[in-house]
Amino acid sequence: MFKKKNLKAWLYLTPALLFLAVFMIYPLLDVVVYSFEEGYNSASQSYSGVGGFNFSYVLRDPYFLQALKNTFVIVLITVPVSTGLALLVALGLNSIGPLKKMFQTIYFLPYVTNTLAVGLVFMILFKKTAYSEGLVNLLLKLFGSPGVDFIDGPWWAKILVVCIYTVWIVMPFKVLILTSALASVDETYYKAARVDGTSKPRIFFRITLPMISPMLFYLIITGFIGAFKAYSDEVALFGTDLNAAGMNTIVGYVYDMLYGDSGGYPSFAAAAALILFAIVFTITCINLLVSRKHVYY
Amino acid sequence: MKIVLEHLTKIFKNLDKRIKEPVIAVSDFTFEIPDGSLIGLLGPSGCGKSTTLNLISGLEEPTEGRIYFGDKDVTDLPPEKRGVGLVFQNYALYPHMTVLENIMFPLGNLRGEDRLTKEEMRDRAVHAAELVQIEGLLERRPAEMSGGQQQRVAIARALVKSPEVLLLDEPLSNLDARLRLQTREEIRRIQRATGITTIFVTHDQEEAMSISDLIVVMKDGAVHQIAKPQDVYDDPVNLFVAKFLGTPQINVFSGEIRDGKLMIGPEAVFAVSGAEDRPVTVAVRPEGFLPAADGALSCELKRVEVMGRDTSVVFSHPALDAVQGRAIVDASLTRDLEPGAVRFSLRPEKTHLFDAESGERIRCRLTRKEEEHV
Repeated sequence: MFKKKNLKAWLYLTPALLFLAVFMIYPLLDVVVYSFEEGYNSASQSYSGVGGFNFSYVLRDPYFLQALKNTFVIVLITVPVSTGLALLVALGLNSIGPLKKMFQTIYFLPYVTNTLAVGLVFMILFKKTAYSEGLVNLLLKLFGSPGVDFIDGPWWAKILVVCIYTVWIVMPFKVLILTSALASVDETYYKAARVDGTSKPRIFFRITLPMISPMLFYLIITGFIGAFKAYSDEVALFGTDLNAAGMNTIVGYVYDMLYGDSGGYPSFAAAAALILFAIVFTITCINLLVSRKHVYY
Repeated sequence: MKIVLEHLTKIFKNLDKRIKEPVIAVSDFTFEIPDGSLIGLLGPSGCGKSTTLNLISGLEEPTEGRIYFGDKDVTDLPPEKRGVGLVFQNYALYPHMTVLENIMFPLGNLRGEDRLTKEEMRDRAVHAAELVQIEGLLERRPAEMSGGQQQRVAIARALVKSPEVLLLDEPLSNLDARLRLQTREEIRRIQRATGITTIFVTHDQEEAMSISDLIVVMKDGAVHQIAKPQDVYDDPVNLFVAKFLGTPQINVFSGEIRDGKLMIGPEAVFAVSGAEDRPVTVAVRPEGFLPAADGALSCELKRVEVMGRDTSVVFSHPALDAVQGRAIVDASLTRDLEPGAVRFSLRPEKTHLFDAESGERIRCRLTRKEEEHV
């Protein structure tokens, strides 16, 4: 390890390592330390004891439990729906001849659009105001439904809007990745399958899907991680006081514990962050285990 | 099953949109392929041989013309209804499936009364694997096998549905030289064993000549000659065919028929009967040269390359269309040859005359002067 050649290599790595140590490793360790310091006060930098109280407090906090529930619902709905829809769109894009480039661009546009601008558009679609019911409610009324207040109404209506919003935001990237994955499947596999009289569904499930499975699993894993970190989309829709709207997420809870109106509790924030880490870590491990069985590399 | 091609024509739009003119990939191909024969489609790249194969397989639709398998018109049938097995140049083995799964894959498409049970599929796949001698590799993935083994798997997969016609697209081009020799014999053996009508595409004339019953020489979408390999070699219909077949290449001189004599440069090499006086292209196979003190053609000998049984004599001549020509001569006749002037006597059956403009063969009788005296 300390041969001359290696020494040189370490020397080259030093700037990056220093940076990582200061801005990544130290804060990470610090979070762990904070999470076990009870009654920590950031102003006086003092704490009253060491133990698991922070975790038990967070886990019993109704706001955290609400955030946990919201996050899980968002993850479980948006990841499969967005990946599935993206696959459908990519398959469609891949099979159309003319205007393919144009549609590819259109489907990619949400990716480069500002989150808050999109939030505004969703307000127009969903929010009830003194002057307007919102576009979706107007449509619902056409079918004889009394309409729902999607932004200030019942929990299911709000989470529905969040899910639609999230799917809409994360889909372009997935479409992009999947279209290129589909395009990279060698044409002769399809020709060979055609000569053998393979049906369309069988071609899809036995050839296309295994061929793009590495990309698909990459999207699922990153999709899970991304969805667990949901926060900005909820702010764009419901403003910063997510607890009041009942729409908080775990990351939102962490933020609130640090800086929100009820903030100033870095220890609780650290504990919540570590719980999130444990969840994401577990899910990713499960994903990787499943993928080892089903993904062809 | 015999295959009949009638005026088969395929025209593609030019991919380069600036060029309006369409590309004629195959033009007016008419031919009857006898049942159970092995046919080699031979030509330089872009000559339309792969397109012909795709037309027969049904992957491409002809612009004009009909295709019959036996007496049945299959022109409008999709590939799967034609009963063809197709082996692709890159084999197109599904990389995520084992060899057995690959070979079984076409069987899984059978529906209705043709539907097979898992055991039947397995049996037939194993049978096909035995035919190409890969029964020991059934659990491997394609990536774990050599090119030659992958080739065999691809052939087994094409054969497993017992097709009437087997089509091979450049079957040997991805193999190294030694494997190529082995595999082409293997293809011949499998074709003999199954008796299946087989068409393969190649740009390698040696490959085509060595195993085919008949070869079809194509260029620019047009069929130039269809004949037995030896006949194509011995009796080419035009200069292109003469030049495309044979290694080393045929030696091409510009010459002239004057007063009933074939002139190369100032020298009269043959007496010609049956052709009028005109400028001609004279093509002489490398084995058509015999060094002789009184030979009719004088050349400049550059060097002699020893190949064992034969030697390759490299020479130059002002009328030659290339910098140097090559003659293959029995080693015993070249012992005393030194660089410098050398005289060759030409063998009339190895010398072909072609129209200087069109390259079409001029049929005529060539005789050596000394033979005239007899």
